[in-house]
Amino acid sequence: MQNRVSLFGTHFIVEHSGRTPCVPCLRRPLRRLALLPSRQAGHLQAAIRCLAISRFSSTHRTRRHAPRATMEAMIARFQAEHPGLNIETTVIDREAYKTQIRNFLTADSPDVATWYAANRMRPYVEAGLFEDVSDLWEEEAIATNLASTKGAMTIDGKQWGVPYTYYQWGVYYRKDIYEELGLTEPANWDEFKSNCQAIVDSGRSCFTIGSKFLWTAGGWFDYLNLRTNGFDFHMDMAAGNVEWTDDRVRATFANWRELIDMGAFVENHQNYSWQEALPFMVNGESAGYLMGNFAVAPLREAGLTDDQLDFYQFPTINPGVEYAEDAPTDTFHIPANAANKEAAREFLRFVVSANEQTEINNGSNLGQLPVNASSSIDDDKFLNEGFAMLSSNSTGGVAQFFDRDFPAEMAAEAMQGFQEFMVFPDNLDDILNRLEKVRQRVY
Amino acid sequence: MATATSTETPADRGWYKRNEIAITPWLFLAPAILFFAVYVIIPIFQSIGISFYDWDGLGEARFVGVDNYVELLDDSAFEVSLWNNLKWLIFYLLAIPAGLFIALFLNQTVTGIRIYKSLFFFPFVLSQVVVGLVFSWFYLPNEGLLSNFLGWFGMGPVNVLGDPTWATYGIIAAGLWPQTAYCMILYLTGLNAVDPEQVEAARLDGARGWKMLWYVIIPQLKPATFIAFVVTIIGALRSFDLISIMTNGGPFGQTRVLSFYMFEKALSEYGFRMGYGAAIATVLFFIMLFFIAYFLWSMWKEEKGR
Repeated sequence: MQNRVSLFGTHFIVEHSGRTPCVPCLRRPLRRLALLPSRQAGHLQAAIRCLAISRFSSTHRTRRHAPRATMEAMIARFQAEHPGLNIETTVIDREAYKTQIRNFLTADSPDVATWYAANRMRPYVEAGLFEDVSDLWEEEAIATNLASTKGAMTIDGKQWGVPYTYYQWGVYYRKDIYEELGLTEPANWDEFKSNCQAIVDSGRSCFTIGSKFLWTAGGWFDYLNLRTNGFDFHMDMAAGNVEWTDDRVRATFANWRELIDMGAFVENHQNYSWQEALPFMVNGESAGYLMGNFAVAPLREAGLTDDQLDFYQFPTINPGVEYAEDAPTDTFHIPANAANKEAAREFLRFVVSANEQTEINNGSNLGQLPVNASSSIDDDKFLNEGFAMLSSNSTGGVAQFFDRDFPAEMAAEAMQGFQEFMVFPDNLDDILNRLEKVRQRVY
Repeated sequence: MATATSTETPADRGWYKRNEIAITPWLFLAPAILFFAVYVIIPIFQSIGISFYDWDGLGEARFVGVDNYVELLDDSAFEVSLWNNLKWLIFYLLAIPAGLFIALFLNQTVTGIRIYKSLFFFPFVLSQVVVGLVFSWFYLPNEGLLSNFLGWFGMGPVNVLGDPTWATYGIIAAGLWPQTAYCMILYLTGLNAVDPEQVEAARLDGARGWKMLWYVIIPQLKPATFIAFVVTIIGALRSFDLISIMTNGGPFGQTRVLSFYMFEKALSEYGFRMGYGAAIATVLFFIMLFFIAYFLWSMWKEEKGR
């Protein structure tokens, strides 16, 4: 029992962080798996599987199991390096994990657990349930190689875990449609809008979006606000220091409204989940999708080739504002009640090491970006573009995502407001006043 | 042995033997009472207790008095949920007359009537989740059956679930499908118990059609109507799964009901305001209590009247 490490993990490959609080089984493909410790040492329990009813879930079985296989393989390599350890792992489904983590952090803690960066980990940090691992971040190997994600792991000047994967957001678009209409990737807001106008005139919508589960609209707010007012302002807002009725916030919504009035977004988006919005792009009814890199896999599975599908960074709106991107990060933490913290620390070092990062984030595993600057990324068009964008062209800063940066309650209300705004832009004043009221209560 | 027992004086018998008749029912009830208390009664009071606290389920609970309730008064989402609950209560009751008429229609001897009956009962067997999915596809704005159907009559596509004014009614309509089947079954069994002699007598007196139904049949179906009323009211107040499946409370929270709102606030991904959720639950509990008290009272009156 002395040298036993149990592992908890959640992660996913082509899906954004979970959104729907209930009946996840019907909406979520199998991609989200969590690792939980079982009572039988060394035995990997089967995941509680959900049946996926999603247009893109009927193919590529092996791919869907990739995240789990990646985790298992990674743990096996760690085991090989430390034959003295007896590792227990259990896998549970992702939605259940979100409620179970509250239980297992307080009682019967494992030695390692996965979670998400920034504000999403704040409740557990503040409740004293995550171990302070600032000591790890002072070590040379981590301090130099993981500097870019340090901010996301920091609360109150201390680091509370390590990242193991992240992915970029941006505009995925139908290159063939752009070529047909003689359009190029927009370099600024005016081109962005004129492109969009051309697409609308051709009888398509510029962007597909499914806002049923609200968070997708959060992505649009993130980008419009980051480009209109900049990263620091956005983070200041997340910290509750800016009124929602502020003129600068209104400027963001004014930009958004231009797109809405133009007819840029698919109609009836409030009915669709993000997966249900994919066919519009696949069928060529929509020319683009502001999404995370996890959208690439289902788009490819649906038959779009790399000649048809391309990516561009969300263009500048306000010339004085530096580029800043959303790049949600998934993380490993040590619960404060863990029994074997030394072995757990060793595991965290192992996870973020350059070789391991190269391995677990490659195309046949997670297919995302490694967090270690010395790792190499898989030769994938979108990963390369994303990596280049995040490492050299996101000088303003890197945000996590609306619902990871803003406190949960504020995020929930705000995303609902965004959806309403996208359907009834005239309700803006009402929405902003409501959000301002929530802001005053939450912070 | 029998004679020996009968000659014993009461004082000779054990305490249990003397009180057997009074105690035995309680012994049989004890497991049920125990579990009902532990899993239902005590949690009710606990939950009312939590509603006076500000608690995220992890850290320290902070006593805030009636602050949660004060906040509810000013919460537009709560108001929307309350109104939606009212809509559910009113329109869900349509299941009762609908169920009655289907039952009357099916209450005949035709070849294969059992098959028709079971087909009509079928929706009640389906999981609410399945019903919700089927209806959300039915309502889809472009591909959906409803929009196509309206298209034949030259009416434009409608987006029932995406329109804040219609979404709740759309969900209620979906809920009525299985609920009508349930009421139908209650009435079918009720119709079996209708006294043929009374029908005969009424017929001799010249009662026909609506009069027969209203003055002779329906009064005899009173027990079935009562049960249908109870299950429909309770069903309306605990509507949750359909909303969760069909709209997830949206568009922008316009289809929430109290139970869904409570779940969102207390247990969903962005929630964990246990105190606030408990306050919503308490309000819902008192609304239900009002109906339950009424049902119990009318049942008690019935018993006494006999």
